[in-house]
Amino acid sequence: MIAAHFPILQVVVPLMAAPFVVLFRNGTVAWFISFAVSWFALAISVALLGQVMDAGEISYAIGDWAPPWGIEYRVDKINAFVLLIVSAIAAIVATFARASVEKEIPEDKQVLFYSAFLLCLTGLLGITITGDAFNIFVFLEISSLSSYALIAMGRDRRALTAAFQYLVMGTIGATFILIGIGLIYMMTGTLNIADMAVRIEAVSTSPTTVAAAAFIFVGVGLKLALFPLHLWLPNAYTFAPSMVSAFLAATATKVSVYVMLRFMFTVFGKFFTFEFLPESPILIFLASLAILTASTVAIFQNNLKRMLAYSSVAQIGYMVFGIAMVNVSGLTAGILHLFNHALMKGGLFMALGCIAYRLGATSIEQVAGAGRRMPLTMFAFVIGGLSLIGVPLTAGFVSKWYLLLGAMEKGWWPAAVIVLVGSLLAVVYVWRVVEAAYFRPSPDGATTVEEAPLSMLIPTWVLIGANVYFGIHTDLSVSVAKQAAVQLLGLAP
Amino acid sequence: MLTSLPPGLILILGAALLLFGGRTIRAVFTLALPLLALFAIWQVPGDMVSALPFLDYVIEPVRADSLGRLFATIFAIMAFGGGLFALNQDRTVELVAGFVYAGSAIGVAMAGDLFTAFVFWEIMAVASTMVIWSAATTAAYRASIRYLIIHLLGGVVLMTGIVAHVADTGSLAFGAMEADSFGTWMILAGFLLNAGAPPLSAWLPDAYPEASWSGTVFLSAFTTKTAVYVLMRGFPGTEILIYIGIFMVFYGIVYALLENDMRRILAYSIVNQVGFMVTGIGIGTEMSLNGAAAHAFTHIIYKALLLMSAGAVLYMTGKRKCTDLGGLFQSMPLTALCGTIGALAISSFPWTSGFVSKSMISQGAADEHMAIIWFLLTAASAGVFLHAGIKFPWFVFFQKDSGMRPPDPPWNMRLAMILFAAACIGIGLWPQFLYDLLPYPVQYAPYTAAHVINMLQLLLFAGLAFFVLLPMMKRTLTITLDFDWFYRVFGYVIVDRLTDAIVQFNKSASVWTRRNLDTIVAGVFRHHGPQGILARTWPTGSTVLWVAVLLAIYLLLYYA
Repeated sequence: MIAAHFPILQVVVPLMAAPFVVLFRNGTVAWFISFAVSWFALAISVALLGQVMDAGEISYAIGDWAPPWGIEYRVDKINAFVLLIVSAIAAIVATFARASVEKEIPEDKQVLFYSAFLLCLTGLLGITITGDAFNIFVFLEISSLSSYALIAMGRDRRALTAAFQYLVMGTIGATFILIGIGLIYMMTGTLNIADMAVRIEAVSTSPTTVAAAAFIFVGVGLKLALFPLHLWLPNAYTFAPSMVSAFLAATATKVSVYVMLRFMFTVFGKFFTFEFLPESPILIFLASLAILTASTVAIFQNNLKRMLAYSSVAQIGYMVFGIAMVNVSGLTAGILHLFNHALMKGGLFMALGCIAYRLGATSIEQVAGAGRRMPLTMFAFVIGGLSLIGVPLTAGFVSKWYLLLGAMEKGWWPAAVIVLVGSLLAVVYVWRVVEAAYFRPSPDGATTVEEAPLSMLIPTWVLIGANVYFGIHTDLSVSVAKQAAVQLLGLAP
Repeated sequence: MLTSLPPGLILILGAALLLFGGRTIRAVFTLALPLLALFAIWQVPGDMVSALPFLDYVIEPVRADSLGRLFATIFAIMAFGGGLFALNQDRTVELVAGFVYAGSAIGVAMAGDLFTAFVFWEIMAVASTMVIWSAATTAAYRASIRYLIIHLLGGVVLMTGIVAHVADTGSLAFGAMEADSFGTWMILAGFLLNAGAPPLSAWLPDAYPEASWSGTVFLSAFTTKTAVYVLMRGFPGTEILIYIGIFMVFYGIVYALLENDMRRILAYSIVNQVGFMVTGIGIGTEMSLNGAAAHAFTHIIYKALLLMSAGAVLYMTGKRKCTDLGGLFQSMPLTALCGTIGALAISSFPWTSGFVSKSMISQGAADEHMAIIWFLLTAASAGVFLHAGIKFPWFVFFQKDSGMRPPDPPWNMRLAMILFAAACIGIGLWPQFLYDLLPYPVQYAPYTAAHVINMLQLLLFAGLAFFVLLPMMKRTLTITLDFDWFYRVFGYVIVDRLTDAIVQFNKSASVWTRRNLDTIVAGVFRHHGPQGILARTWPTGSTVLWVAVLLAIYLLLYYA
């Protein structure tokens, strides 16, 4: 009985918990509630994915208002998968947060911090689960506003300007999306995504619909940090508190990629997006630039968080690249990389959180000699780095494999070269860290082992371990991603 | 169950054990692990199918047909010899890396599919880099980075090829392929890079001599020979390999004759020897493939023996230049003897292992009536005798007296050399043992009067030439470039031209690279460096401008 209400519980529980934690005025209690709620959300999303895989799409009418008129939550394979990614990362990061937040956030702000975290989680889950276009905008604002607040709580004062810039850019992005949704509403008279998809066919050649697509794709491009709209991202990730960097890097851009997929394939349909409009070459051009430029920039960064931020821009390039192929292998790669990249970037940012916890900073000078001082943390970073490069038997390899396969099926071998050159650039920037950590003495000559606390190390290693696990046991991740790709392409399963 | 695990893992995982325990325990593991791996290799039944699902494919981590088993066997033997030789190497990490390296080479040799082969291939690249790096000198570090970059690039090429091949055929199976599609060409290129084929042969002599006295022994055996193995598996009878192989043969000879560093001479000679094997694979008959496989087997042993003797000299004297060495036979008689046996074997002197294997490749060319190839191979045999057969032992152990009187190296190094020297002669005297291991049935008798007399004549004249021209050879030690008239004496016009071309190309290529690489890096840094336009923090206003520009472009493109 209760299982029928999982879709609404997925969103409402964290939403209610957010104001609830503020009542307690105690950081530890606030943490515990966030921790419990995140794990609860994970349990729900696992159950939802199970339901969808067994029984097909779930439609949930809020307040029993029938779908085209009332708000509908709709869970299919693709967003069940994204829900799982978001809630799993939230649960692990929330576990990790305790020690890290204690160190980085002033005592009196911790409660508000966790409240903002829960709101951000609500927003991300809401965007993903809703079947209503206007609802997407609402949840987008919830997640964005809370993430501006989260970023601004970073210790560095530059966090404020970073958050402000993100606010301006994010608002423009959200406004564009809203304009686009408004234009579609004008043409179709509906806000329900499934309904829109049916009605839009009749008006798909209208200039208004084309303008709507342009606004939405640019707006979403901003939110997912598609090159050259990524300029807000490096600073935001660099100056945010460690736990926020890990959470946002692993989830926020992924949800935006999901929104893009939803509009491209479900609302507008693949014929409109990729045959009527020249979307594929545009995306490939931008994604190639993202992969090559952002990876190269990452090589020269001295702050490792910033390095990983640029690497994220490049990795988003991989996802977009896969999507732009519009074939099963490419789309599988794109969706799979949502998952795999969340694993690797989550793990890597958490490892940097451990380093920041012990060594105070995350510059390359600071991690010199860290291989001996924090052996477990640095080893986690190395494995995460291998996955980022795409070494066989890590998760990164599997997505890269499908990406290459998709390119080869299209006969686009220059695309394969770009992807692989990107991997080589990743080798260079990961190697710089390895070289500093293992082959250089630490700056103050310290050699004693001082590991991060277990409450941080264990969650880090869970994600890093998942990189290896999903590099070998690909059944779960690949089969879901592939089915989602088949569903989006509208092919027979 | 146990046999379905790749035997190479014994060395790869077992290497971790070497990190623990004292010297004695480490010695026990060092000697036991390769023997255990060798045992495991022969425990795998030849008809075993170990299919595992991976992604949408079936992979086969272990396959043991006669070809793979032959290579795995010699790799395990080599790990044993190398380990024994390196027992008194203080830097444990080198031995660990060496064992991982050997284990992954065995992994490639027994891989039943392209994916498994690729995984071990990449482990091999990283482990071999670690071997070079553990020499712990600045030169070694730089060389190891250059080496790693080349091999990672090779890995990229190979990976592209494998994916394209899978997209074409839908299967990861690793069998004979035709070089007729983008995928297969890329795979071939990736394989050839590790073989030291042109135009990227330079990584080998660049990196190998920079390793420690024991590291080079490991390096000589695995990378190039796994490349020979995968070429035999994947591209037997591909005609272009004949020409590539011949090029490598002469490239090695020319540069080895020019070189002064004793281990670099031997490194060039690896390119030369692999060239023989690649030619044999290109000819592609049963005879020549057998010859290439047998030659890989014997080559590993005598090249390791030569590098062991060179390593022993380096270990005892700390010197590596021919001009600094000489006369060492007086105080290092055993090393000198073993080095000479290795030199005879590489020159395919009758009653050594080189004779029974290399002659099969020439025979393969002869059977196919490839007269020019046969002639070139025979000429090259004389060249091998000049650079590796005489030049190396003569300048290191005999020649002028350098005044140094180091004793023979410690017992384990002596024992390793004795074992490998015995193997060189043993295979030469009783070739049937080796022939029984080869992939195809052997109908070849190496010891006919004609073969032996031919070879002896060739060696005699080449030897004569060496001593007649000894003053010239000495002049080349100062690295002058006027060696080329030396070839005109023999009338080898082709060699002459080839030499000129190689020298010129290499010279201009390295100058070009040096000059342009700096400019390129500076340019990239200008744009991508922390202050570059692509990396600095932009004012919010300009970022918003970008958004507007992009929207305008989108709209333009959409309405166009």
